[in-house]
Amino acid sequence: MAISDDVLVVGGGVAGVAAALAASDRADVRLISHKQSTLRSASGLVDALGYAPDGDGPIVDPFDAIDDLPEGHPYERVGKTAVREGFSLFDDTVGDMYRGSHTDTNALVPTHGGTVKPTARYPASAAAGLASDGRDALLVGFEALTDFDAPMAASHLDAAGVPFDARGVTVRFPGEFRADAKVTRYAHALDRDENLDGTPARTALAETVKRYLGDEERVGFPAVLGDDDPAGVRADLEAELGADVFEVPMGPPSLPGLRLEDRLYKALEEAGVRVESGNPAVGAETDGDRVEAVYVDRGRRKVPYHADQFVLATGGLVGKGIDSDRDGVREAVFDCYVPQPADRYDWFEDDAFDDHAFARFGVDVDRDLHPLTADGSIDYDNLRGAGSALGGYDFAAEKSGGGVSLATGYAAGDAAGAAVAGATDGATIHGDTQ
Amino acid sequence: MSDAESPDDEFEPVQVFGDETEMDLRPGSDDCYKCSTCDTNCPVAEVDDDFPGPKFQGPEQWRLKRKEDRDIDDSVMKCSNCMRCDGACPSNVPLSQMHNTARGEYVDEQMDKLSREYVRNRILSNYRFFASIASKMPRVANFVAGLGVTTWLGEKVMGISGEREMPEFATQTFREWWEDRGGAQVSNPDKRVAYFHGCYSNYNTPEVGKSMVRVFEHFGYEVMVPPQRCSGTPMFANGMLDDARRAAETNVEELVAAIGEGADVVASCTSCSMSLRQEYPELFDIHGIEDLAAHTYEAVEYLRIHEDLDGALEDADADFPDLAYHAPCHARNQGLEGQAVEVADRIDGVEATDVGDSCSGISGTYGWKEENYDTSMKIGEEMFEHMEAADAETGLTECPTCAMQMEHGTGYDVRHTLELLDAAIVEE
Repeated sequence: MAISDDVLVVGGGVAGVAAALAASDRADVRLISHKQSTLRSASGLVDALGYAPDGDGPIVDPFDAIDDLPEGHPYERVGKTAVREGFSLFDDTVGDMYRGSHTDTNALVPTHGGTVKPTARYPASAAAGLASDGRDALLVGFEALTDFDAPMAASHLDAAGVPFDARGVTVRFPGEFRADAKVTRYAHALDRDENLDGTPARTALAETVKRYLGDEERVGFPAVLGDDDPAGVRADLEAELGADVFEVPMGPPSLPGLRLEDRLYKALEEAGVRVESGNPAVGAETDGDRVEAVYVDRGRRKVPYHADQFVLATGGLVGKGIDSDRDGVREAVFDCYVPQPADRYDWFEDDAFDDHAFARFGVDVDRDLHPLTADGSIDYDNLRGAGSALGGYDFAAEKSGGGVSLATGYAAGDAAGAAVAGATDGATIHGDTQ
Repeated sequence: MSDAESPDDEFEPVQVFGDETEMDLRPGSDDCYKCSTCDTNCPVAEVDDDFPGPKFQGPEQWRLKRKEDRDIDDSVMKCSNCMRCDGACPSNVPLSQMHNTARGEYVDEQMDKLSREYVRNRILSNYRFFASIASKMPRVANFVAGLGVTTWLGEKVMGISGEREMPEFATQTFREWWEDRGGAQVSNPDKRVAYFHGCYSNYNTPEVGKSMVRVFEHFGYEVMVPPQRCSGTPMFANGMLDDARRAAETNVEELVAAIGEGADVVASCTSCSMSLRQEYPELFDIHGIEDLAAHTYEAVEYLRIHEDLDGALEDADADFPDLAYHAPCHARNQGLEGQAVEVADRIDGVEATDVGDSCSGISGTYGWKEENYDTSMKIGEEMFEHMEAADAETGLTECPTCAMQMEHGTGYDVRHTLELLDAAIVEE
C-alpha cells in the first residue's frame, strides 16, 4: 500500500479542483486526472443556472430558481447553502480575475456566436462587454481566426434585442503570422508586446482597429488578448483606442479557460494538494461498503491508489467519466449505477436540440452525494460524486455546468475532509443533518 | 421509442471498416475532433512560427497520405518527439505514434542517404555505438571532444552545434563497476529487478546506476544487469526505425528472459522507460514486446508502488544540496511529474522546488543539431529563469539530456532522484 492519501480525487476539472481544495484544510489530498485538464476547452464563464429544466428563462436569479428544481437535480441534492459555499470557494480562489460575485443576479455575456449567455461569474476581461450595458460596441474579428465572425456576431446580437448598437469588422492581425496560427501565438505576441514589423504588438493592433472605430465606447475582441498578462494588454489597448476593451469568450483552445486552469492549479499547489496526470483511472478495489483503492492504468498495468475517502469527479459523457456502448451506459471507474432507458433508441430524440435523455445520464446520488445502487441504497460509504459524472441535469441546456461542479465538488470535498478529520475528532459530516 | 426504424439485429453499422489491426492508425485519426489543444501545448510550435504543429503532423498528414503521390512534409523532422501532445489530447489520439511513423517513412523514402543531415542524424541516434568506442579510452575521448578543432569540425562538417559541450565519458563505465564488484550483492529469487541502465548512465553518469543498485539492494532486491542496447529513443526522434528495431530485438529478448526469471524491468532514465513501455509496442511487433511493456517501470516509481518508500524516508535525512527540479516531458507522459518533489519533501535537510511545466527544449538529439540550437534554447528559457528564481543552486531531473540542457543554461550541477534516495536511505 505504497501510494496512499487521506483523500483521493479522481478528475481534474472544476469539480475535482473544488473537491480537492475543500478537503485540503483537513486532509492530505491527491488529485489524479487522465489528461491535462479540459478547462482549456471551456469558455471560462462559470454559470449557476441560466434556464430552468423545462426551458424557461433566461433566469434572473439562479438562487430563487433552485427551490423549484426537481428532486434528484444536483442542486436539490446538496442544497442552496452548498451552492453558495461552492461559489465562495471559487471567488476566494480566483480573486480579481473574475467578476459577478457582488450579486446573485445572472450577468448577460455575449458569446462568439452572437448569442447572450446568462452566467454567474465571468472573467474580468469580459466585463466591459455585458449585454445589459447600453453603450454601443464595435466587435473586431481577425481574418485568420475564423471561429469569430464579428459582423455576424454583431447582427445576431442586434437580432437578440440588446439595448445597444453592435457593429462588426474583420481585420488582419498585424505582423506576419501563419494563416493557421494558434490562439496562444497571438496571446503571447501581445503578452510580450512583440515587435511586429517595427511596431510593438499592442500599439500595432490598436492602430489597425482605430480606423474602424466610430462613436463606440467599447471594443470587443476574440479572447486572445494575452495569456500571462491579460489586464496589461487590455489596459494598453484601452489607452490607445480611447475606449473600453473586452474579450468575447471563444471555443477551444480557450485563453480564458487556460488562465482559469492556471489559477486553479496554482491554488492546488498552494494548498499542498498532490496532482498527477497522464494515466486513466480504470477500476477500483472494494471491500463490502468501502472503496479501498482506485486502479490507475499506467500503460498495461494497474497501480492501486489507496485512500480513506474518494471523490468521483471524472466528468460525464463528454469527459469520459460516463461511458457507453451499444449495450448500455456505465460509470467508468467504480461501475456505479447509471439510470437509463433499456432500449437505446430511447436514449435520444430526433432533433439536435430536443430534450434528450442522454444529456441527463449520470450517477444517482443521495443528499450526501454518495452514489446509489439501482435499488436506491448507498453504494460505498467513503465514495462521493461531483460534477458532470452526476445525473439528473442537463448542464448544456440549463447553463449550470460550472455551478453544479463547484457546489457538488465543494460538498463532496468538504464531506471527505470532515470524514477524515472525524475519524480523529468526531466532527459532523456535511449533509448528514439534511 | 423514436420514429427511427427498429434496428435489425443483423446490421451493425460500426463494422463497415472491418477489423482494425493494432498498427492501423485510422481509428486514432478519426478520434481527432480538431480542438487544437495539442498545438497549444507543442513547445516547438510555441517558438517556431514555421512549424505546423502536432495536429498537422499527426491526423491531418495521415489523412493527406491516403491520397496517392503525397509526400510526407519535411517539417516532421522539426518535431522534437517530446510527446506532450499525447498528454494534451482529450480524445486519446495516438499523436506521437503517428509522428514516429511519419518520420520513419520520411527518412526511409524521402531523405537522401548521402546527405549531411542523414549521416549526422544517424551518428547522433547511434550515440551508444560511438560512446562504446570512446569509453574504451575515456580520457583521450574527453580530451579530443574538448578540443576547439573538434567542435569546429563537428559544426562545420556535421551540423552539430558548437555551442554545446560534449558530455564527458566516465573513466569507469557502470557495467565495468558492476563486474568489478562481482555483480549482485543480494540474492533473492522472490524480489528481482532487471536494470535497464541505458547508454547515459553506463558511459557518462555511472553514479546514477550505482545509486540504483545500492537503493534496490537496500530494499532486498536482487539486481540483474542483462546485456542491452540503446532503448531507441534517439532513433525514433530521427526516424531511424530500422536501427531502433534492431536494438529493440536485443532488448526484448534479453529483458523478457529476465522477466522469465521473475524480474520486473526498471529504468533510471524516463525516456528509456517511456520507450520500453509505450513506443515499443506501438511501433514494433516483436515476440514478447507486450510482456516487456507490462513489466517495465521507472525506478523510483517502482519503489513507490512496491515498497513503503514513505515509511523508509520518515526519519531520513540527507546530506544533499537543495534542488531545483525539472520534470522531463517523458516523465510527465508516464504520470510521474510530481513524484520527485514528493519524495524529496519527506527527506529532512533537503528542499526541492518544482520549476514548472515548461519543456527543457533539448529533447535528446534535437537540441544538438546546429539548425535547432536556437529554438532549443528559446524553449528552455522559461525553465532557466525558473531554476534561477528557485532557492537552489543544484538541479534535479530524471532525464540525462534534460540534465545537459539544465547544466548548459544555468551552469548548475544536476543530480538524479536515485542519488538523493541513495543519500537518504543507504548512506548513513
